[in-house]
Amino acid sequence: MKVEEYISSGKLELYVAGALSQDEVNQLHEAMEEHPELIQEIERIENGILALTKYSAPPLSDTVLDKLKTAIQPKEPAVIPLPKESKKTNWLAISGWAASVILAAGLGYTYIQKQQLETDFETVSKEKQVQENQLNDRIADIESMQLLLELTRDPSVSQVTLAGQVADPDSYAKAYWKKDELIVYIDAMGLPEPPPGKVYQVWSLKLDPLTPTSIGLLDDFDRNEDQVFELANANNSEAFGITLEPEGGSESPNLEQLYVLGAVSP
Amino acid sequence: MMQPDHLIKKLKDQDSSAFEELYEMYSQSLYGVIYTIVKDGVLAEELLQDTFLKIWNNANTYTSKKGRFFTWILNIARNTAIDAYRSKSYNNKKQNLSADNFVDIIISNEDLNRKTDAIGIEKFVHKLKKKCIKLIDLLYFKGYTQKEAAEVIEIPVGTVKTRLRKCLSDLRELVKE
Repeated sequence: MKVEEYISSGKLELYVAGALSQDEVNQLHEAMEEHPELIQEIERIENGILALTKYSAPPLSDTVLDKLKTAIQPKEPAVIPLPKESKKTNWLAISGWAASVILAAGLGYTYIQKQQLETDFETVSKEKQVQENQLNDRIADIESMQLLLELTRDPSVSQVTLAGQVADPDSYAKAYWKKDELIVYIDAMGLPEPPPGKVYQVWSLKLDPLTPTSIGLLDDFDRNEDQVFELANANNSEAFGITLEPEGGSESPNLEQLYVLGAVSP
Repeated sequence: MMQPDHLIKKLKDQDSSAFEELYEMYSQSLYGVIYTIVKDGVLAEELLQDTFLKIWNNANTYTSKKGRFFTWILNIARNTAIDAYRSKSYNNKKQNLSADNFVDIIISNEDLNRKTDAIGIEKFVHKLKKKCIKLIDLLYFKGYTQKEAAEVIEIPVGTVKTRLRKCLSDLRELVKE
């Protein structure tokens, strides 16, 4: 393979990503020995990726390096040999020094303990925050499950199964129509995520003659984890349909993009 | 940046000052990769620390025959983050975060305004096509092989490298100097 071929092949990009096989790496290394310009190109690609990844996070705090420096220090404690020159041992001096060393060590130990406690406290508060968030998520999950259960049980709610149509025969959805409260809940779990710039629009339909009336959009589809949407519906609907429309919705439905449809049982 | 061979050699001899220099050179980038995977600053810093300890402890296993030093440490960082991401404790902690790839993170990064070289990066990601974002994310941030990436994006294996080359061409120009 020639140098230009190598450069334009995209293999060097894969090399930096670590996505080449060892065989391909070996081949490339041989080529690099002959053609140093390949190395320059590789360095350029690597610099690009370094720059790109660098800003994919908030700035790093200095504490990581400090912790690492401590962690890589040799483990065995330094031993200071005692001088053995003086024949007479000055016990008073030695015990004085010993006492101050013990005191210093004690103070140091207390300080470390205090630091540790502070860190522990911080960790615990963070964990508590995380748990609270988790709990709120669970509550939201349970609430939406309860809602679905109530809707299924409530005899005054008409359940309409919306079956997949031309745009995607595999899709499905369900409408729960609380007529007395003029509310329709749409369970859109069976609809694919809409492409960017598009949104699902829900239509109430009169069948004879066929008259669609928009009752709303399934906004923030990817954010709504349970895919249950609440819409107001004061129409005397005979059927419900969902189409894919440009962002903001349309005046009338694009029937080529009809995803699901289902008639209300009389 | 040339491959810092002298530092790598010293690192293998467990020279802590070489370790610190390498940390300065690569830590923010590896942190970016880890952060993009776990999306939690505190956890990402812990994992970055683990990553550099692995680099320190396994420096001897790196040889230039395997590839670039950056590629080697990138791999360690990705694996460390992905292991944590898959672990149970992460899933317990998982919060709803809207940012889902490196582009969202870069665009919402407030630190960009203060750095001159960041302007080019921001422009670059703003222009990136969706198919490029996915490809770069899979290959550099997630450590997918060519074949795995081809399967996920549903394009022929051969198209992966040519498309990647195209996607990165502006970035390469940007850091050319």
